[in-house]
Amino acid sequence: MLSSFRHNTRFQVSVGILLVVLVFALAGPFLPGRGDPNALPGKLFDPPSWKLWLGSDNFGHDVLTQLMYGTRTSLVIGIVAGAVATLIGVVIGSVSGFRGGLLDDVLSGFTNLLLAIPVFVILIILSDAVSNRNILTMALVIGATSWPWTARAVRAQSTSLRVREHVDVARLSGAGTARLILLEVLPYMASYISMAFVLQLAAAILAEAALSLLGLGPSNVVSLGIMLHWALLWESVRNGAWWAFVPPTLLLTIVSFSLLLLQTSLNEVFNPRLRTGGAMRRRALQPGLAPAGAAAPVGVGVAPIDPEPVSGSGR
Amino acid sequence: MQTFQRYVAGKLVWYLGVLLLAILANWYLPRLIPGNPVDIIISQLGGNATGEQAKHIYEVYVHEFGLDKPLWEQFLIYLGNLAHGNLGTSFAYPGTPVWDLIRQSLPWTIALQVPAILIGWIVGNALGALAAYRGGWLDRGAFLSSLFVSSMPYYCLAILLLFGLAIAVPLFPAGGGYSFANTPELSSDFVLDALGHYWLPFLSLVVVFIGGQAVGMRSMAIYELGADYVNYGRSLGIGDNRIVRYVFRNAALPQVTGLAISLGTLVGGALITEIVFNYPGVGSVLFGAIRQNDYPVISGITLFIAVALVVANFLVDIVIGFIDPRIRAAQSGER
Repeated sequence: MLSSFRHNTRFQVSVGILLVVLVFALAGPFLPGRGDPNALPGKLFDPPSWKLWLGSDNFGHDVLTQLMYGTRTSLVIGIVAGAVATLIGVVIGSVSGFRGGLLDDVLSGFTNLLLAIPVFVILIILSDAVSNRNILTMALVIGATSWPWTARAVRAQSTSLRVREHVDVARLSGAGTARLILLEVLPYMASYISMAFVLQLAAAILAEAALSLLGLGPSNVVSLGIMLHWALLWESVRNGAWWAFVPPTLLLTIVSFSLLLLQTSLNEVFNPRLRTGGAMRRRALQPGLAPAGAAAPVGVGVAPIDPEPVSGSGR
Repeated sequence: MQTFQRYVAGKLVWYLGVLLLAILANWYLPRLIPGNPVDIIISQLGGNATGEQAKHIYEVYVHEFGLDKPLWEQFLIYLGNLAHGNLGTSFAYPGTPVWDLIRQSLPWTIALQVPAILIGWIVGNALGALAAYRGGWLDRGAFLSSLFVSSMPYYCLAILLLFGLAIAVPLFPAGGGYSFANTPELSSDFVLDALGHYWLPFLSLVVVFIGGQAVGMRSMAIYELGADYVNYGRSLGIGDNRIVRYVFRNAALPQVTGLAISLGTLVGGALITEIVFNYPGVGSVLFGAIRQNDYPVISGITLFIAVALVVANFLVDIVIGFIDPRIRAAQSGER
C-alpha cells in the first residue's frame, strides 16, 4: 500500500502543490511587512512594482498580502466545512445503513429529500439571511448543506458491510451497536471516507468562493472569493488591472485542481482496477471493429464518486 | 404498464412533497433570523423618516406582507400568491413585479446555456470514451487537461477568457449581451450584434462542461470495458459490434441523467458567468438584487431555481424509469 503511494506521480504532485499552498497561507502572514491585511500601502490599482510585488487592489491593499490572508480564510472554511459535512454524512449514513429498519427509512428519506433540493439555493438563502457572517458561520452553513451525498454513499457501503462475518463474530462476543460501527464497519470504509473528505473540501472551497463572489461572503475578512468580488465590482478586468484578479483566480484553480488530482490518485491507489493501462483495455475489446468515440462503450458500473455540483456548481 | 403507472404515481407524490418542502424552506429560512424585511426597508430609509412616519410605514408594510397574521396563514397566503404567479414586487425598482424581472432575463440565460450544455455533453462524452478506449498518450493528455479544465471553477475560466480575448487581445466585445447603441428587437442588426457578444460567455461554459463530461465518461468506460459480461460475451464468441451495443445501452443511463440534470440546473448553474460578462441574464439580476438588498427579487429567483431543479429531477426519474426496467422493478418492489 505504502509503495503504491510512493509510485503514484499524481499523488506526489498533488500533495506537493497542496503543501506549498498551505505554507504560503500559514507562514505568509508572519513575514515582515505582512502583518496587517488592511494596511493601505498603495492607491487604486497600482501596477506590480518592487515595493508591491503584485500591485494593489481597488482599495490600495497589497494584493500579495491579501492573497496570503485570503488563501488562509478559504482553506480554513474549506477544512471546517468539509470536516463538518463528512462527519454528519458518516454518522447519518453508517447508523442508517447499519441499523436498517424504520430508522433507516426515516434517515435515508431525509437524506434523499435534501439531495432533491438544490444546495446552492439554500446556501444563498441562508447566507443572505445571516446578517453577521463570520468564517465559522460560513463554514457551518456550507458544511450543514453539503453532507447528504456523503451520507448516501456511506449508507450504501455500511449496508453491505454489516452482513460480513467479522461483524457477526464481534456481535457474538458482545459488542454494542456503537462499538460495532466504530470498530468493525468504519475502518473498512476509511479509504472511501478519506476520498469523500477530499471532495467535500474542494467543494466547500469553491462554494465559499462562489458565495463571496456573489457578495454573500464573510464580513471583515478577506478570502479568495471576496478578492474576486471587489475586483469584478471595480471593473479590474476591463481596466486591464490583471494583478487584481489573476492571482486569486489562479490560486483557486490550483487548489481545486490539486485536490481533485489527489482524490483521483487516492482512488487509483485504493482501487487497483482503475490503474489498468490502455494495453489491457485494448485486449478486452479490439479497436477498429467498433467505431471509436461514437459507439465506444461506457458503463453504469461503479459510478465514480462525484460531489453534488457546487456552484450549481457548477453544472 | 401497471407497475410503470405505480412507479410514476409514487414519484409524483414524492416530488410534490419535495417541492412543498423547497417552497417552505425558501419561505421559512429567512424568517428564522431575527428582524424582518420591513426593518430592513425602514433602516434603508435612514434619517428621512421621523418616528411617527416610520411607525406608519412600518404598519403599512407589515400589513401588506401579512406579517401580523399567524405563520400558517402567512404561508397559505404565500402559496396562494405563487399559484397566481405573483412573486411580489421589487424593493429596488418599486412597482416592478419580480416575475417581470425574471421573465425579461430568462431568455438570455436559456439561450446562453442550452447550446453550451448540449454541445459540451456530446463533445465531452466522445472525448472521454475515446481516451479510455485508446489509452496511451491520448488518455494521459486528454485526462489531465480535462481534469484541469473541469476542476477550474467555471467563473475563473470566464474571468481569464474575458481578460485574454477581450482586453489583452481585443477579439471579442468586453461583456454585455449587446452593444449599448442597440435595443433588443428582432432585426438582423441586433441579432448579429448579440451573436458577437455571445461567443465568449458561451466558450467559457462549453469548455468547462466538456472537461467535466470527459472525466466522468473516462472512468465509466474503463470500468465497463473490464466488466464481467463483456468478458463473458467475448468468451462466447459474440462479435465486438454486438458487445458495444450492449455496453452502450447500459452506458446511456447515467449520461442521460447527467444531461437532464444539467438542463435542470441551467438557471442556477452559471450565475457567475453572467456576472463576469455583464450578460443580461438571471445571474446578473440576482447579483444586483443581493447588492441592493432587494429581498423579494432574491427569494423569487432562488424559488424559481429550486422549482426548476425539482421539476427536472422528476422528469429524469420518469424518463429513467421508462428506459430502464430494472429501476422500475426495484422501486415498486422496495417501497
